[in-house]
Amino acid sequence: MSMDDLSNLIEPHVPALRRYAWSLAGDRDAADDLVQDCLERAISRWPSRHRDGNLRVWLFTILRNLFLSAARQRTRRGPHLPLDALVDGPTVAGGQDDRMRMRDLMAGLDTLPEEQRSVLLLVSIEDLSYEETAKVLGVPIGTVMSRLSRARDRLRVHMESGPAPSERKAPDLRRVK
Amino acid sequence: MMQGDRLIGEDDLQAYVDGRLAPDRRDAVEVFLGEHPEEAERIEAHRAQRDMLRALLKTKIEEPIPARLRVAPIVEEARSRHRRRRLQRLRALAAAGAWLIVGSVAGWYGKGLSRPTEATQITEAVQTRPMVVDAFSAYRTFVSEVVHPVEVDAKQEAHLVQWLSKRLGAPLSAPNLTSQGFRLMGGRLLPAGDGPAAMFMYDDDGGTRLTLYVRAGENDDTAFRYKGDGKGVSAFYWRDTGMGYVLTGALDRTRLLAVAEAVYRQLG
Repeated sequence: MSMDDLSNLIEPHVPALRRYAWSLAGDRDAADDLVQDCLERAISRWPSRHRDGNLRVWLFTILRNLFLSAARQRTRRGPHLPLDALVDGPTVAGGQDDRMRMRDLMAGLDTLPEEQRSVLLLVSIEDLSYEETAKVLGVPIGTVMSRLSRARDRLRVHMESGPAPSERKAPDLRRVK
Repeated sequence: MMQGDRLIGEDDLQAYVDGRLAPDRRDAVEVFLGEHPEEAERIEAHRAQRDMLRALLKTKIEEPIPARLRVAPIVEEARSRHRRRRLQRLRALAAAGAWLIVGSVAGWYGKGLSRPTEATQITEAVQTRPMVVDAFSAYRTFVSEVVHPVEVDAKQEAHLVQWLSKRLGAPLSAPNLTSQGFRLMGGRLLPAGDGPAAMFMYDDDGGTRLTLYVRAGENDDTAFRYKGDGKGVSAFYWRDTGMGYVLTGALDRTRLLAVAEAVYRQLG
């Protein structure tokens, strides 16, 4: 396979990988580092890739595993999602209320444990099937479904009750587990 | 609550939120939600939340890719790293090849001394591995075949390589061994445990045939190993970046090693 072929196969997945990485790592540079590591690993392991495997699932799996092993090495959780940059940016339409709700939503997403957040992101945002999501996480489909349900319930509670007072005051939130 | 054939479950409700239910199941969920206002409210909140998340994260995917995440340079870097590593291994291999000759000469004159040299270690590393056994068996079956030694002829080399690469799920190439006096005859697909293997066949002007057996999923890299079947057929085999290779032929060891080195140099 030529270099061009390999690039043409992998590169279309880069935007989605960046988005997932950003949602996990919460910081643009950290996310791009993660994606770069993921691409390097994918390319070096390309010859031993499972034949007939789903490329997208494979890439997401590599990325998540890299994130998890880096997270295990960190003694402290990294910075939370940069809400201001995203929600106050020019790209989000709508009035002040919408922005407030989106800010709440992102803060809520940030409070989810990684295993729930990943399921929610892969299913709701990246449109992976439940089965593909189960493969990325290495868990049964039933577990995916229950994590999805728990994540959505938890986000809903967060949205309806609003962020905890301490969160409201501190612009520099840390993830709560 | 029974709706249709099966009870409505939380998995149905989540799949409903994601719009992934078959029409009849979706109708059943809607009936259920019509009868359970609290659940309907919860599920509606989930749907709204999903829409909002998608809207919010939509912009993230539209951002231009930063230069450092372009795939081609990363591939190029990985390949040049790979080439450097191969070069180091090739040098080690050349050293091992020299030992092989020295070792057999020393072995001839120094019978009974039985000093373990690197050469004897290599020749004694004759562990019977399934890959080698399979390759020997394929060799025996097809090398003596007169009418259909190969499945796809070398005239269609591009097609052959593309087909085998696709089936193995790994980029293959048929090494050019004309410098060693061997021409590609063609190749075939073979069964090998849980996946297929590829085999390329070569011959020389004297009609001597060689086979190069390749399969994926051989994850532990190994250096060259040598194995003889005791009846004049021998093989060099090695594993490199996930692929296993066995070069088999009725050649003497030195000659076979030279061909194996030529194969090794060209792959990857």
